Amino acid sequence: MTDTTRPPASGWADEANRSNIGLKRRHARSRRLQGFGIGAIALAILMLGTLLWTMVSTGYSAFVQTHLSVEVTLSPEEIDAQSPGDANYRDIMQRAWLSSFDNVTEENEGDLLSMLSRGAELQLRNLVIDDPSLIGQTIQMEVPAADDLDQVEKGFVSRATPEEYRIVNDRQIEIFYELKQDGRVSTPFNTALFTEADSRFPELAGLKGALIGSFFALLVCFVLSFPIGIAAAIYLEEFAPKNRWTDLIEVNINNLAAVPSIVFGLLGLAVFIGFLGFPRSIPLVGGMVLALMTLPTIIISTRAALKAVPPSVREAALGVGASKLQTVLHHVLPLALPGIMTGTIIGMAQALGETAPLLLIGMNAFITAAPDSMMSPSTALPTQIYIWADSPERGFTARTSAAIMVLLGFMIIMNGIAIYLRKRLETRW
Amino acid sequence: MTVLTLTGLILVIALLGYAMGVARSRSALQAGSVLHSRPQYSGAFVAFLFALPAVCLMLAWVAIDEGIIRSLTIASLPSDVTEGIDRRQAGALIREVFQVISGRTFGEPEPYMRDAAAYYVEAQGWSRTLMYVSCLALGALCAGWGFSRIAPEFRARNKVEAIVSGLLVLASCIAILTTVGIIGALVFESWAFFTLVPVNEFLFGLNWEPQIPIREDQIAGAGAFGAVPVFWGTIFIALISMMVALPIGLFSAIYLAEFASPRVRTIVKPVLEILAGIPTIVYGFFAVLTVAPALRRYGEMVGLDVAANSALAAGGVMGIMIIPFISSLSDDAITAVPRSLRDASLAMGATRAETVSRVLLPAALPGIVGGVLLAVSRAIGETMIVVMAAGLIARLTLNPFEGVTTVTVQIVTLLIGDSSFDNPKTLAAFGLGLVLFISTLGLNVFALNIVKKYRERYD
Amino acid sequence: MANFHTDALANSGNGTAHAKQEGAKSANTRGVAKIKAESVNVFYGENQAIKNVSVDIDERQVTAFIGPSGCGKSTFLRCINRMNDVIESCRIEGRILIDDNDIYAKGVDPVILRSHIGMVFQKPNPFPKSIYENVAYGPKIHGRTRNKSELDSVVEQSLRRAGLWDEVKDRLAQPGTGLSGGQQQRLCIARAIAVDPEVILMDEPCSALDPIATARVEELIDELRQNFTIVIVTHSMQQAARVSQKTAFFHLGHLVEEGPTDRIFTNPEDKRTQDYITGRFG
Repeated sequence: MTDTTRPPASGWADEANRSNIGLKRRHARSRRLQGFGIGAIALAILMLGTLLWTMVSTGYSAFVQTHLSVEVTLSPEEIDAQSPGDANYRDIMQRAWLSSFDNVTEENEGDLLSMLSRGAELQLRNLVIDDPSLIGQTIQMEVPAADDLDQVEKGFVSRATPEEYRIVNDRQIEIFYELKQDGRVSTPFNTALFTEADSRFPELAGLKGALIGSFFALLVCFVLSFPIGIAAAIYLEEFAPKNRWTDLIEVNINNLAAVPSIVFGLLGLAVFIGFLGFPRSIPLVGGMVLALMTLPTIIISTRAALKAVPPSVREAALGVGASKLQTVLHHVLPLALPGIMTGTIIGMAQALGETAPLLLIGMNAFITAAPDSMMSPSTALPTQIYIWADSPERGFTARTSAAIMVLLGFMIIMNGIAIYLRKRLETRW
Repeated sequence: MTVLTLTGLILVIALLGYAMGVARSRSALQAGSVLHSRPQYSGAFVAFLFALPAVCLMLAWVAIDEGIIRSLTIASLPSDVTEGIDRRQAGALIREVFQVISGRTFGEPEPYMRDAAAYYVEAQGWSRTLMYVSCLALGALCAGWGFSRIAPEFRARNKVEAIVSGLLVLASCIAILTTVGIIGALVFESWAFFTLVPVNEFLFGLNWEPQIPIREDQIAGAGAFGAVPVFWGTIFIALISMMVALPIGLFSAIYLAEFASPRVRTIVKPVLEILAGIPTIVYGFFAVLTVAPALRRYGEMVGLDVAANSALAAGGVMGIMIIPFISSLSDDAITAVPRSLRDASLAMGATRAETVSRVLLPAALPGIVGGVLLAVSRAIGETMIVVMAAGLIARLTLNPFEGVTTVTVQIVTLLIGDSSFDNPKTLAAFGLGLVLFISTLGLNVFALNIVKKYRERYD
Repeated sequence: MANFHTDALANSGNGTAHAKQEGAKSANTRGVAKIKAESVNVFYGENQAIKNVSVDIDERQVTAFIGPSGCGKSTFLRCINRMNDVIESCRIEGRILIDDNDIYAKGVDPVILRSHIGMVFQKPNPFPKSIYENVAYGPKIHGRTRNKSELDSVVEQSLRRAGLWDEVKDRLAQPGTGLSGGQQQRLCIARAIAVDPEVILMDEPCSALDPIATARVEELIDELRQNFTIVIVTHSMQQAARVSQKTAFFHLGHLVEEGPTDRIFTNPEDKRTQDYITGRFG
């Protein structure tokens, strides 16, 4: 207020004209609170960003794998066409590899051999068993390099580090660069990450077993929790009388939703494995435990969806002579279905990321074959991450992050579908 | 597998029963009378009558047969072996039998063990055959009775609806059963534990070394079971996590509820929720890969010795995970305060900050406290972050740079790779589980009550 | 007893802002326009809620805004202490002058403005705190008192002026939400006058009260006219007739007619006003 001609002094304008220190302080306090708020949100988002960036920056390298090309002669003397599985492929592969160097000595033989992955001989073996007609030919193969060399190619090994602190020595690095110049090194997409199960060697380890294990467990979880959850919600929302018993059920469901997941693991271990005698480590038990955990989520979201259907719909159906059950099944439930689906998918996404209960029922075993049924031992995606995170090899660090990216990818897809369903299909009453 | 096959078989036969029921009802209609219910209901009636008793019998069978076969196997052993054995020793014998069956034995098993193994396998085979026959027979009997009742005036719809209502009630009881199962399992195994280790020693002892036998007469896997350092570690890490999450969550909530424009709100709120959606194993790996080494480096820079598995790293990362719980529950609590109170304060000439701190926060306090308690319960029960980032050694320390262990870490380490429930080491995990369950349940009930009362106040 | 307390307040408040304003205000003459609105337009996003309203509000008088619901009378009331600033989509054109100073001028701090223009809302909205804390809230945040005994006397004085003192003096520490509806509304009035405003805006203050409580509040409004300029929005024409000296009739965002209450109710100039007060619409 700079107006000097105004006649009568008003209290508020007067006060505004004075430099009011108290007021300045009050406004400063308000700005400070706002600043704290922005700072807190920025900090939280920064942490989220750091977390995701850490995973991507350590994990991206695991999506490619260094391969070495090697020429292998498959002589019929060494491989019997009648039983191709019995030949000594390790020997064949090692000799083929060494034969591509002209200065092999006692001294550097070990260096050279340790550049190949153990997967090379397996790859050769599978190739021959699949196609025995290859016997007698000389074939060109791209075989995985050992993890140590893979790290060199990906730039994680610095030659500046003193040799004794490195896993690969100077000679190996030199040979590797020579190979590179000869065009014998390639870095294709790491298909093994999705087509192989776990392995002790990082360059061979994949997520196939974990993905199938998680799929089976989620399938069991869905088959059990979806119908039971909907049935329970329908009863509580549409049929249940208001009495102590239903109150108890309600309180109970709300509390179950907040029980730590590890307690469900203890339940699974004691009841399903200890008491009912199910084997350990199987997706069936994992799925049952996850189902018990997911049930409250599904019941709560289904009840919310049923509640959102206006009573007029029920009255209309009852009015034309439908029974209570017909009203619910024919009219209320279809209208509530998008909401139910949304809640279920979110529950499933949670179940996918759940680790602790699966650890307790033994789904963290080291299993190198993908499960062929719900009853065969397997890992799941999160427990596989746990196993890899515990492994000391450098290659497993990247693979852990890559597995996390895969896990987060699935969760993003599932939540995306849920959000889409909510936006597109849910009717607003 | 047998259960799955049988379930499939029952479903197929039930479908068959449905078709037969429909057909019979239809043929009754052709006779020229009026049906009380549509034929589908008659079909469903028959199907239910077949499937329900069969499945119930099957589940009951599966639940008890293993125990019966095991005790029969034990009973089949020579009396000098089984003389006066208790539950633990019986379990050991059964494991021995299993090893014989799977052929994983060291040396030649005793002949009576071979017999017992053969007995077990045979009994199991018999049990399965008997289960198939009796389940299907019971189903057929019931379905046949139902089939015979189908007539035009038969009130199939009412019957089917009664059955379905019964199933709905049953489904809603699963939640209760789960709780009963949890409490039952925990109490049962804990009771076994407390017969080996006195409750007092467990709850008030200061020395936790479950792996190391310390007295001569102790059996393998026994050790010291004073859980106080474990409890302290849990509380300590939860405290650290709340110190991270509480200010960040609360200030975020205040900003979002009172200062942010609707646009900012619709963007920031879901972004914060992402933090809650990330699986805890990811946080655990983040703690190990990034946070712990970073803390160590900073510690070295200022001359502090920070352990690789420091309480600070585990608690800090857990705090990040908890932020959205605090922020969204506090945000709900603040926005639930009626507009009129906000207007009244602003109309008195209060600044936004004064309105928040003097009117809204006090009014929202119960809701916020409830939310914080829920978050604390979440922190106490959180497993994967601490399993990966916290220590294994139970220490009574106030130094956040040292490693401490938690209840959940101990449960996991005690149980991983050990399936027998007969030694104090595994049973201790259930003792810890019971304490964890009771404390989180108490916190939850208390917190949910506060939140509920708070909501009712402003509705 | 009453005199004693007034004296105590005057003595202890000597030299404070509180006492100064008291003096400054009594120097003004009655019948002067305290508030002048000049072609005010208010928009909510695309909707225009107030259309070109100009009105004068006299000092130490009760001015009633009447009109059917949704006519903009509450919106206009909230413009006078800039409560509409809180709503993001709200845009205001025109000038509102209080003592010839534009309240929407650049540099005017709504916080100071509101401490001089009190407001009482439709539903009683005491804070969920004690009766004492409710009344003490304003003086505390504005730093109007220097010590506890000053604050005590301001609280007592305000409760007395709101006619609530005798009913609550023994339970000042109990929550304000525990009072009856009428008492709560008088508590809100006490809370508003505790910062000694120049103007009190009342937004349908009796609509949530029963007839007896309403009569009590109306009496109070009449008493408060001695010291404050009062603007009251009301649904009830009887109430407007009972408590106000001036009445303004709003319809669909327009100010249709304003003038002395007697004239508006006996001899309205506009057909719409006539229809409204004779009950043809409303």
